Amino acid sequence: MKELSLNILDITENSVKAGATLTEISIVESGDTLTLTIKDDGCGMSDEILSTVENPFYTTRTTRKVGLGIPLLKMAAEMTGGKVKIVSSTNEANHGTTVTAHFFKNHLDFTPLGDIKETIVTLIQGHPDTDFLFTHQTNSGEVKLDTRELRVALEGVPLDTYEVIVWIKEYLNEQYQLLDNR
Amino acid sequence: MKSLAELQAIKDKMKDKVVIREGVSSTRVVVGMATCGIAAGARPVLSAFVEAVNEGGLAGTVTVSQTGCVGLCQYEPIVEVYEAGKDKVTYVKMTADKAKEVVEKHLKGGKVVTEYTVANCE
Repeated sequence: MKELSLNILDITENSVKAGATLTEISIVESGDTLTLTIKDDGCGMSDEILSTVENPFYTTRTTRKVGLGIPLLKMAAEMTGGKVKIVSSTNEANHGTTVTAHFFKNHLDFTPLGDIKETIVTLIQGHPDTDFLFTHQTNSGEVKLDTRELRVALEGVPLDTYEVIVWIKEYLNEQYQLLDNR
Repeated sequence: MKSLAELQAIKDKMKDKVVIREGVSSTRVVVGMATCGIAAGARPVLSAFVEAVNEGGLAGTVTVSQTGCVGLCQYEPIVEVYEAGKDKVTYVKMTADKAKEVVEKHLKGGKVVTEYTVANCE
């Protein structure tokens, strides 16, 4: 993947496929580290499946036998000296999966974050019926988007309505501009 | 500053339209967004379709959606166009520019851009 934001798009698609109603995507940049957390309340994975997801020859897809989503994220993190951790539960009370990836930003092999705004917009456009909470913290502040708040304001108008998608794009642009100017 | 009040204004404007829009879409554009598609550049392709369809006034008849792996990973980004009463058209190795061209020539003009279809791909 050319951008970390593409890995984020790819991994979050798994959360949606697992039936998540809320997926929390958090990026925390502090000093020379970047921590990415993707936490969902989807169906979760059994220990047996969990032990195989880092293996490229495990996949849920039926069109071919190789699954590269998690292995690619793991490679991107480990190339910088970081790591990926996956915790998952199928318990009725607290089912879901949390993928945490640690990166060292100053490492030569760090993949740039890229267009994270486009990733968030793509997720919302493709999955207007599930909720996303996106937060990005840097040393100068935080960008936040919670689709649950948008849903309340929209009173039933779908989130993938073009006017709404354009609003989300402009909102994120503005938030990042404020962050950059701080 | 962008505010939630603007969303409420969109809501007021859209409320009537939503009812009309449902069930009318006769054409579906589906972009493959699995690992293979994303890695090959599907994100800007999807974005270009969403923008060109809506800015081109086709929102009432064309929907743009996402799907998983189509099974032809080496040809990603792949876009499938389903039109009522016609054969499915599969576009391969797409880019944002090609997407805009497909919207203009195929979705608006009714002429399949054969040079980008899977049948024309080596």
